[in-house]
Amino acid sequence: MESPNQEHILSYTTLFGVLCILLALTAITIGVSRIDLGVLNIWAAILIAACKAGFVLLFFMHLRYETRLLQITFVVTIGSLAILIGFIFWDISFR
Amino acid sequence: MNSSTPDKAGVKLGMWLFLYTEIMLFGGLFVLYAAYYSKYTSVFIEAGKSLDITIGALNTMILLVSSFTVASAITAIQKKARRSAAALVGVSMVFGVLFLVNKYFEWGHKFEAGIYPGSPDLSDAEAGKSLFFGLYYLITGLHGIHIIIGLILLSISLYFITTKRIHETQFVVLENSGLYWHLVDLIWIFIFPLFYLIL
Amino acid sequence: MTDVPSYLKTPSSPNLKGIWVWLLTTDHKRIGVLYMISILFWFCIAVTLGLVIRTELMAEGETLMGSQTYNAVFTLHGVIMIFLFIIPGIPAIFGNFLLPIQIGSDDVFFPRLNLLSWYLYIFGGILAVVSLFSGGPPDTGWTFYVPFSVQTESGVTFTVLAAFILGMSSMLTGINFITTIHRLRMKTMGWMQMPLFTWSLYATAWVQLLATPILAITLLIIVAERIFGIGLFDPGRGGDPILYQHLFWMYSHPAVYIMVLPAMGVISEIMPVFSRKAIFGYKAIVYSTLAIAIAGSLVWAHHMFTSGMSDTAVFVFSLLTFVVAIPSAVKVFSWVSTMYKGSVLMTPPLFYALCFIYLFSVGGLTGLVLGAAGTNIHVHDTHFVVGHFHFVMFGGAGFAFFAALHFWWPKIFGRMYNFRKAYRAAILITIGFIVHYMPMLILGLQGMPRRYYNYLPQFEAGNFFAGIGGFIMVAGIMLMLVNLVQGLRKGEPAVGDPWGGTTLEWSVPSPPPLHNFLDTPRVKSYPYDFTDIMKQQAGSKKV
Repeated sequence: MESPNQEHILSYTTLFGVLCILLALTAITIGVSRIDLGVLNIWAAILIAACKAGFVLLFFMHLRYETRLLQITFVVTIGSLAILIGFIFWDISFR
Repeated sequence: MNSSTPDKAGVKLGMWLFLYTEIMLFGGLFVLYAAYYSKYTSVFIEAGKSLDITIGALNTMILLVSSFTVASAITAIQKKARRSAAALVGVSMVFGVLFLVNKYFEWGHKFEAGIYPGSPDLSDAEAGKSLFFGLYYLITGLHGIHIIIGLILLSISLYFITTKRIHETQFVVLENSGLYWHLVDLIWIFIFPLFYLIL
Repeated sequence: MTDVPSYLKTPSSPNLKGIWVWLLTTDHKRIGVLYMISILFWFCIAVTLGLVIRTELMAEGETLMGSQTYNAVFTLHGVIMIFLFIIPGIPAIFGNFLLPIQIGSDDVFFPRLNLLSWYLYIFGGILAVVSLFSGGPPDTGWTFYVPFSVQTESGVTFTVLAAFILGMSSMLTGINFITTIHRLRMKTMGWMQMPLFTWSLYATAWVQLLATPILAITLLIIVAERIFGIGLFDPGRGGDPILYQHLFWMYSHPAVYIMVLPAMGVISEIMPVFSRKAIFGYKAIVYSTLAIAIAGSLVWAHHMFTSGMSDTAVFVFSLLTFVVAIPSAVKVFSWVSTMYKGSVLMTPPLFYALCFIYLFSVGGLTGLVLGAAGTNIHVHDTHFVVGHFHFVMFGGAGFAFFAALHFWWPKIFGRMYNFRKAYRAAILITIGFIVHYMPMLILGLQGMPRRYYNYLPQFEAGNFFAGIGGFIMVAGIMLMLVNLVQGLRKGEPAVGDPWGGTTLEWSVPSPPPLHNFLDTPRVKSYPYDFTDIMKQQAGSKKV
């Protein structure tokens, strides 16, 4: 929360590098999805998507350079969503 | 908001809090997706194959690149390059429109094939198929609405850049519109593998 | 106090004239008053509807109305009470008015967004009225369960949209409050120096923020189902209606804590002031507030024990439900311990607060009966649930709302009310309440289901008594409101600190000036330090 107006300027090259990684990950996720890994497929897809989301968040959305408050509350939000999705499996998996 | 220099960190915090609500909004649909995927895994995989991977991948790239251009616009405005900032926001908006055009044709094809919410084909199909497409239309539809809102926000930013209300020390509007645009991208990052790529 | 005109006399922007002084204001205090007027309006309507329900039930058979009308009336009673009264009640009125003052700020962080929230609230209310005339009043109950809500011919679409809009209003208020607390709190006020009411609003705001979107999407799905017929919950196409209930309660159970956490905050303010003693266990209350917010969000499926959910889920959610009882009990013990060896000063707000502690405890304990998976089967969807729910919501949140009205009325309007009438009203409401809801608990145990307009003959006596209690209670509520309004004209002018409070809102004139503080407020290292107040009292007694 301190010194909120100190801005971090990301260089174009960093941003472009992130874009390249994102495009590469897109190619990888398409590639992986064509191989039959059974149940692992969906987990691989989610994992790669999470990586991509991480890059977008950390660099494009500047979360890496934001205050601790934003970082923590973001994790809390994702955590709550994960709990909501996770907890319905108490019901669905055991019905 | 008390003093003449608005508290930028506060405005951004407000925007992030709003983004959290958006994440939870889509989250509700992903709850349904998770539940139904675990129940009808094979039906979902079969139905997913009928979606066009090429268009999906194309749209993914479009959104990723537009996210990049929006992020670069912020860098540009910080470096006092107002013209290139305006151009970059403009390019992002063009990409946004392209995305919608693609989506329009994609939906159009599905409608022609008799796959739309409440269609007789889906009602008679095996259990689970209409759930897949129901979720598909709901999520992508809601996502499309968010793209449109994002475009409106970007055009406001573009207007402010050209009228110099956004400049190197005062660009929180652009930043917040950018955050919103990235969120729309984030959601698509999950939609793409979960609907187009499941095998 | 110096003569600075109060906020009621200064428009928030000098260009505003006439009615626009109110309708376009960005002053958090005026917006709070706007909320108060509109929320009390809806409250009166919902109370009337509730009384109509109980009157119908006083005698067996059709007396006032037929079954269809009855369904519409209890749906509207529920929707209005939940979405237009209890959820916004304490945060929107008292939160708006007091939160910025309690943390030493001159307004909320987004003043215009604040006004927008009020307009959304009004718009949601109007939509709820519109739903009455588009295809008939809704008859689903406030839970909008599928498949009925998708199939019914009545105007559910608009009711659902109304709830959606009201949800947005509450969500935006939540965003505003969190940002305000983080960014506008005085630099000298640390987290553990914040008043407990502000703490409770902070926890509530987070629940509003993270849970309300789930309701929003659930309601949107209902609208989409009604318009396009997607069939997401249609078992004929593989859908699972129980998932709807999951989604609905993922919001609506945390919503119970959106209603009751601010109420607990109000009580935590009132108890120390009238015990002239520091609150017992400040940190314990803070942590229990957060614990309730977190644990309360994980217990949603205890509404669904008989819905056909898996036994494992029943076990897990029943266990978690018991966990929530712990922080709630911590608070009750703290409030009671605060009074121990304090110099208790009886006033109408304290009277309501004490009733709150008693009634809320009964509500909480009956909640354990419902949370236990075994007993739940016996009393599920009976009047026991109705009784429990009203003990928590009305005996809890409602009484805290009344307590807050009496506590902060002099601060908001600068006028005192008649104490004698206030006590009479409070006693009427409490006696009426117990006569009204106790029979429901018994009727439920005997097996009378909820939401029916008729019942078996053996339930008539209980229902008759409940009806009598209802009339006593409503008489009390009317007396209370009349007394408060009369106070505006006849009451004695209130001083800045009529009760001897220690939080910042009592350090400013009543009613506060436009920018709240005349000079920079001095933050105490501990918000409930009554040493000065006790010294003043001792001094004034000697004179």
